[in-house]
Amino acid sequence: MFAPWADPAARPLVRFDGVSKRFGTATAVERVSLDIFSGEFFALLGPSGCGKTTLLRLLAGLEMPDDGRILLDGAELTTVPPYRRPINLMFQSYALFPHLTVEGNVAFGLKQEALPKAEIASRVDEMLALVRLEGFAKRKPQHLSGGQRQRVALARSLIKRPRVLLLDEPLAALDKKLRSETQFELMQLQESLGLTFVIVTHDQQEAMTVAGRIAVMDHGRLVQVATPQEIYERPTSRWVADFIGEINLIEGSVIEMGRSGTVVASAAGRLRALSPADVKAGDVVWVALRPEKVRIAHEPPPVEGENCVAGQVADIGYLGDLSIYKVRLDNGIIMKTAVANVTRLVERPINWDDRVWLTWSSEAAMVLTR
Amino acid sequence: MSKLEAQRSWGERLILLVPYLWLAAFFLVPFLIVLKISLSHTAVAQPPYTPVFDVAAGWSGVIRALSTLSLENYALLGSDSLYLASYIKSLEIAAGSTLLLLLIGFPIAYGMARAPRRWQPVVFVLVVLPFWTSFLIRIYAWINILQRDGLLNQLLLALRIVDEPPAWLSTDTAVYIGIVYSYLPFMVLPIYATLEKMDETLLEAAADLGCPNWKAFWLVTLPLSRPGMVAGALLCFIPIVGEFVIPDLLGSSQTMMIGQTLWAEFFANRDWPVASAVAVVLLCLLVVPIVIYEQVQTRDLARGG
Repeated sequence: MFAPWADPAARPLVRFDGVSKRFGTATAVERVSLDIFSGEFFALLGPSGCGKTTLLRLLAGLEMPDDGRILLDGAELTTVPPYRRPINLMFQSYALFPHLTVEGNVAFGLKQEALPKAEIASRVDEMLALVRLEGFAKRKPQHLSGGQRQRVALARSLIKRPRVLLLDEPLAALDKKLRSETQFELMQLQESLGLTFVIVTHDQQEAMTVAGRIAVMDHGRLVQVATPQEIYERPTSRWVADFIGEINLIEGSVIEMGRSGTVVASAAGRLRALSPADVKAGDVVWVALRPEKVRIAHEPPPVEGENCVAGQVADIGYLGDLSIYKVRLDNGIIMKTAVANVTRLVERPINWDDRVWLTWSSEAAMVLTR
Repeated sequence: MSKLEAQRSWGERLILLVPYLWLAAFFLVPFLIVLKISLSHTAVAQPPYTPVFDVAAGWSGVIRALSTLSLENYALLGSDSLYLASYIKSLEIAAGSTLLLLLIGFPIAYGMARAPRRWQPVVFVLVVLPFWTSFLIRIYAWINILQRDGLLNQLLLALRIVDEPPAWLSTDTAVYIGIVYSYLPFMVLPIYATLEKMDETLLEAAADLGCPNWKAFWLVTLPLSRPGMVAGALLCFIPIVGEFVIPDLLGSSQTMMIGQTLWAEFFANRDWPVASAVAVVLLCLLVVPIVIYEQVQTRDLARGG
């Protein structure tokens, strides 16, 4: 399995070492240390204004860090101007040159290297074929559709075979259907070319789909850097748990730590959950539980030992593939559960105001301390 | 429904008609009058030419008028080298000063567009500020500066750049100085408008693709500011060709620009037909660059530009 970040001997391709960047009094990036390895598809994910684009621009050389160093392959990159970095950026606005044709835009980077004309022409043709724009070479960007412009921008940033390709919200301007198609195309492209991609996105689904590893950012800091599975199943804080997907959070305090998990006393009763090693009795914690891991039923479960709470259905959201039930527990807490609609006909569907029982195993929930 | 649409389209047509009526009343009709005068004969009369149309005479009058139309005024323009020299002089000065204006105006516009956002309105006002003083006063001020014991020579002598005060007034140099000074805002503002609109991420993209800043200026900034440069050049070149006041006040009387020749024919010689012929030829000369520009534009558009 490809996981160089788990190998202590692996050398990172890109290393951020305590990098900070301030704009006036606002700190955009604060003491970020991060390793990105060759061949990774890495995502920077966070709400708007969290500093993810600034981090990308620092790597492209379009911003200079106030503190810290950036290394490429172990060599100092911080002082190298953008036009000498073997790194290319695909801009969110695409930034296509309006006075040049598609061909002229794609060839722009190679022309700066003063390569022979014939080589430039053949590489441009090859690149246009790769992004399926063969017939559009002589068009100007303003006569293309949004999806075509996006592919021109991609071709232009790929043609120099950069060591790292940076993508700043590359799919934000596309409609939903085209976006999910393009996500898979990007993944295939990255794999077939064997390049290192760093993508910036605010769309958690996009990050989860394309990336091998995700760095979640908030207020200029890295909050968690891990694989999508880890971030979803083992978030390190309430903020990450809430930012990625849906979550039920129930506050409580630790009573005891046993073999079958930690017992937490909460307003919803005693709950069992997996917890990190560093909690002790009396700590204030939150039990975090993904809605799809909760089962909902009209009867209480026959077996003891699982977490079980009772309540009344307050709201139902039908999404087609899923149904979301909001259940008001007897103590007033609202819990969400998501149920996959695996059959078309249900004998006894759950309705508004039904009395229901929610159950989940102690492995499904986790204890968060922050 | 369709009646309403028809009514609305009539209203729209009426609005569209306004600029055409304006052009017809204040451009086409005067031009036809000038054209008519250019085809008539000089006469010692008031007005000083033989009227070629007599509306009262009806159709026969029109036919008689057509038979008396003559091209001799135009033939005169070709035969006397004075006119050709004036045209060439005008085109030469207009072309030279337009080039100077581009060379001086572009850096100013570039500096304005690159100035911090909050300073831009101030710089903008500074460029337009000279318009608040009368154009004539500003040219008279230049006479003061350029005369033999004027400010310029005082400065040059004080700095020991020259020993003898050179003559500035009544030279082509003085005309160039006056024209470049007066027309600079007309060059700066259109270029500033295109530069100010330019997306700065394009320069970042150029840098990202391996292009140092000075090269990005040639490959991105300059081509994208072309519409502004063309507009500024036309806005300066066309009125400079017909310029009268600046060469008359600052230039020599040896070689005249076409505006001065026209003035001389009209007022000094009272030869309205020849003056009109001069004006018609001048107009035709100026239409040529505009038509060429328009064709380049439409060709660019057709090519998908």
